[in-house]
Formats: sequence, C-alpha cells, structure tokens
Amino acid sequence: METFDLSSAEVRDLNRRLQMRDGDDGERQFRVLHPNGAHALAAGLTHPIDVTIEGHTGYYCAGMNQEATVTVNGNAGTGVAENMMSGMVRIRGDVSQSAGATAHGGLLVIEGDASARCAISLKGADVVVQGSIGHMAAFMAQAGKLVVLGDVGADLGDSLYEAQIFVRGTVASLGADCVEKEMGETHLAALKSLLAQAGLDADAGSFRRYGSARQLYNFNIDNAGSY
Amino acid sequence: MSNERNKSTTFPPRVISEIHRAAGEGIYEIRGGGAKRSVPNFDDLVFLGASMSRYPLEGYRERCDTDVTIGARHASKPIKLDIPITIAGMSFGALGANAKQALGLAATAMGTSTTTGDGGMTQEEREASKTLIYQYLPSRYGMTPDQLRQADAIEVVVGQGAKPGGGGMLLGQKITDRVAEMRTLPTGIDQRSACRHPDWTGPDDLEIKIRELREITNWEKPIYVKVGATRTRYDVTLAVKAGADAVVVDGMQGGTAATQDVFIEDVGIPTLPAVRLAVEALREMNMHREVQLIVSGGIRTGADVAKALAMGADAVSIGMAALMALNCNAPLYEEDYTALGTTPGDCHMCHTGRCPVGITTQDPELEARLDPEEGARRVRNYLSTLTMECQTLARACGKSHVHNLEPEDMVALTVEAAAMAQVPLAGTDWIPGSS
Ligand code: SF4
Repeated sequence: METFDLSSAEVRDLNRRLQMRDGDDGERQFRVLHPNGAHALAAGLTHPIDVTIEGHTGYYCAGMNQEATVTVNGNAGTGVAENMMSGMVRIRGDVSQSAGATAHGGLLVIEGDASARCAISLKGADVVVQGSIGHMAAFMAQAGKLVVLGDVGADLGDSLYEAQIFVRGTVASLGADCVEKEMGETHLAALKSLLAQAGLDADAGSFRRYGSARQLYNFNIDNAGSY
Repeated sequence: MSNERNKSTTFPPRVISEIHRAAGEGIYEIRGGGAKRSVPNFDDLVFLGASMSRYPLEGYRERCDTDVTIGARHASKPIKLDIPITIAGMSFGALGANAKQALGLAATAMGTSTTTGDGGMTQEEREASKTLIYQYLPSRYGMTPDQLRQADAIEVVVGQGAKPGGGGMLLGQKITDRVAEMRTLPTGIDQRSACRHPDWTGPDDLEIKIRELREITNWEKPIYVKVGATRTRYDVTLAVKAGADAVVVDGMQGGTAATQDVFIEDVGIPTLPAVRLAVEALREMNMHREVQLIVSGGIRTGADVAKALAMGADAVSIGMAALMALNCNAPLYEEDYTALGTTPGDCHMCHTGRCPVGITTQDPELEARLDPEEGARRVRNYLSTLTMECQTLARACGKSHVHNLEPEDMVALTVEAAAMAQVPLAGTDWIPGSS
C-alpha cells in the first residue's frame, strides 16, 4: 500500500504515479489523503490497481478510467468516471452533475444521490445509484444500463438510444421518446447480477424498466417538435 | 408572362420556391456545405506590394519561410508544421475512408496536419497522417482515452462556423455498420449530435476539463479550442483564460456535412471580422503568437491564406476547398449529380451520402471513384499552390516569413471590409469605426 498525501503532494505527481508512467513496479494498492476537492484525481488510469481516496473530490475524478478500481470515501464533483472504459468506481457519498457521462464500459456505483444529467450519453457502461437522481438523466444514452434505487427527476431518458434504465422509486417525467417497457426474464437476470456486482441489496422485481420507443430514430415530420 | 417590373425583391423566385417546398414538406431544408450568401470576405482586401517606400524580395530566389509551431504554451510536445495551412476536422462517416486517407497522405507529404471529426479516429487515418489533431466533440462518439493518447494534439470543439450553437447530424444513409459501430449507434438511424458538452458548460468548467485532458495525456499534447465565429472577442478571451494552447476560429462560410440551411445562412459572422476580433482579443491579453490562432471558413486561395496571416492568424484550416481538390463539384459522373437534383458547381448534397465523386459517401461503389493516392496527389498540388501563392504575396511585400505580413500591408476595396478588417479603405486613410 502506497499513500499519497495531497496536502503536500501535487495532483500531477499522483496521476503520474497511478498511471504508471515511469513503469509498472507491481504496486497495486494506493491510498490518497486530503484530496480537498481537487480535480482530475486518479484520471486516465490504465492499470488494474486499487485506489482509495479519503475525502471529497472535485471534477472528473477517475475520468476515462481503464481497468482500475477507484473508491471515494466522500462526495465527488461533476463528471465522476466520465468516459470510463472499464474497471469500477465507487462513490460512498453524493455526486454532482454528469456522473458517468459518455462512459463506454465498467461499473460506476454511487451510494448516495446524483445530480442532473447522470449517465448522459452513456455508451455502454453500467451506472448504479443507491439514492435519487436529478433531471435529464440518461439524455441521449446509447448503450449500457442506468439503475436507480431511489427517485428520478424530470425528463428521464430524453432522446434515448439503446441504453436501458431501471428505476425502483418514482419518475417525475419521461423525456421525449423514453417509454416504460416490459421487464422480461433476461432483463430481470441482468438487473439482479448488476445489483449483486454493485453490492446492493434490493429486490430486482420491484424495479420498472424504461427504454427507447425508437420513434425519433429516423426523421419523421410528425415528430418534428420532439427533436 | 413574367415581367421584370412585376418581380418582387422581397419575394424573389428563390424565396417563393422555398416557401413552396416548405409548404409541401413541412420541414426545414437540410444540406451540406457552408454559407452561400454574399458576405464581405478576403476578396475585398488587396495587398500594397513594395515599390519606393518598401522593397520586395526576389521571387523564387530569396527565402520566404512558411513554418509554424503550434501549442508551445503548455504542451511539452508542440506541433511543428512546414506550412501554415492545415486540413480541418471532418469525420469518417461524413467522409468515406478513401477521402480521409487521401487528406492524411497529402497533409503528411506537405508537412502539415489533418484532423479527425465526430466518431473518433480510424486506423487508416492515423497511419496516413504524420500529424493528426483529434477532435473532442460534444457527442464524444467513438472518443476513447487510447485515441486521445495516439493523437498529436486535441481540439476541443465548442462550435463550428456553419452552425455555432448547433450539434451535428448524420443522416441514416451514412450510418453504415462500420460508422454505427464506431459511434455505438444502431445502423441506419438519423444520428443527431449534442450541441453542448455533456460534462462541462461554461469557461470555468472548460479550464478544469482542459486540465483533465492534460493529466490524461501527460501534458504532452497541445490543446486547441475551436469556436464558431459569433462573439469572437469574448470567446477567444475565454478560451485563452481556460488554458488553450491554440484557438481555432471558424467563420460562417465554414462547411458542414449536414445541417439546417437556416443555420448555415443565418447564424454566425463572416471569417473576415472574426479574424480581426480574435487577434484583438489575443493582443489585449499579450497572447498574440503565444497562443496560436488558426482561422477557417471560406479559405480558397493563397491570397486568402496571405490575408488571414496578414491580419494576424498563425495558420489557416481548409475543409471544403480540400474536398474540391478531391473533385467535389467536378463535372464528372454528371448523371449522378442530376439524380440528386443538382449540377456540378451547385452541389451541396453531402448529407445524402450519394456523393457523385466518392468523397462524402459510405457506398463502396461510389467510394471507389476516389483513389486515395490520386486524391492525395491532387490535394498536395493544391496545398503547394496555396503555399506558393502566399509566398509570392509575402515576397512582394518584402517579407522573409509569411508571418511577417501585417495589416499595414493591405487596404480594403469596400467600406464594409474596411470596417470589419480595420484596414483603410483603398485610396484613403479612413478606417470606419476607428477614431
Ligand atoms: S460533390 Fe460530393 S462532396 Fe461535393 S458537395 Fe456534392 S456531395 Fe458534397
């Protein structure tokens, strides 16, 4: 276990080390102290390492993550795990806007609440939120899954492509082209496995599933007002 | 019978036919290309060649350098180009793979850069291009950290001249299996791209985003910020404050593969005033030449290049003109232009995916009409011509580097151009708008 104290170390040096830019020396456990809301912490990681951040992080924590497991024992700012490719990011507290934006792969678990635009333009990753989330979640989401155990704000899944959304609480309103869909056996199984991966105890049968009505896929004059 | 006296200037035939079309179809017109309306442009400026008070350099003999370095402000590996003319961002998807490859090969041969577009980088493009700029767009289609690291510079696209404030479009005909897979989209859909980045909104956020991009790419890559020309003075100021190494300003004549006609014609300002506003902003911050200015939108000739540089740009970028070098709008396969309802010279049918000359298409049969090697030769020739024309003008003004051209070397032929470029109206010392 290697410890970085950001009250004295620079973010640039931390990331350089975590990205193994000077070679992989085999160390796999890292602990970061006093993050103090710094931005781009543990961004651009490429190795299967474990990083635990003790405190709150700023924007883009674990941005574009590949392979690594990053845990934040605190809250995270805008764009946590944005464009993640693989690996796992877990936030023990709440997160700000655009959590998991455009993420292609991996799993983002938010144990608290998430603000607006959670999972915006999602491209294949899975995002699981234990609390509630704000408006415009999964806007233009293309692939992957968004699971919310709490409630969801307005315009969920607006202009949705092929991402799947599962919600246990209430949904304030659905966005354009997002509809409730039947929960089939395969969906139920996928949801169960995702909840297990996220380490959350919830009955998959109590969720509702939402997806794209696919009415906006090809331009149609009758839908012009929804584009 | 139509009588000249009865013709309305409010409702000329073009407007009447658009009303008829709109009434029939109930939808705006979508097309490719840039603004076609007449706007003040570089043609409205002329150089004052050397005579008694200045002396020229000997054409062809005396050196007139053209190199430019971009991105030394913060990046540890700035871009070094032999000529100040780059190839603008155009996506694989909007363009076919052969066109992208031809542009990459030509840029490499000329010692300049080419640029990706929406949908990410193709391997063919990376291999063909020695210096490849990677666009970071609101949609982030196909954007991966590995591709960011493979790029030579990153261009954060806030907007483009053809549609400042709007997102991209790629109609279903062009979303083939390969394009769909690269963008994680269903094949054949009419793809819309977001107009706003998903994880940052204002300039303060952009500063943090740029820092993240630098952290992920080891502070090596120059980071450009591209804006469509609108409130250019403020946009350039904010981009520089956000930490950009270079700013790309794209005027309203800049092209697109597909956008609403009303956007192309009615949003944004021409390239001419945009260059001046951008240079003023850089000078006010003491950042002129420190942060490079790349100008695009309607650059066609070596004269346009020289005039943009004389106004203070460090480099220009060409898109539509490069496609024309690849035979866009050439009188070949005329029956295919006819089938699209157009003629060579008037074509803006890029959005249809049925490009008669094989450039903006994903159809293998049409694409085969563009041989990448032959296309590269034509683009190379065109870039050489632009460079030589630019050098000719610089030498005539007595400059040993094209960057030594300055506003003082030019006058304007119209009051509008004089006001926009802030150079005197020819034959006077009057600069409208300047006290
Ligand atoms: S010739 Fe091809 S590239 Fe040129 S405007 Fe027509 S469709 Fe577009």
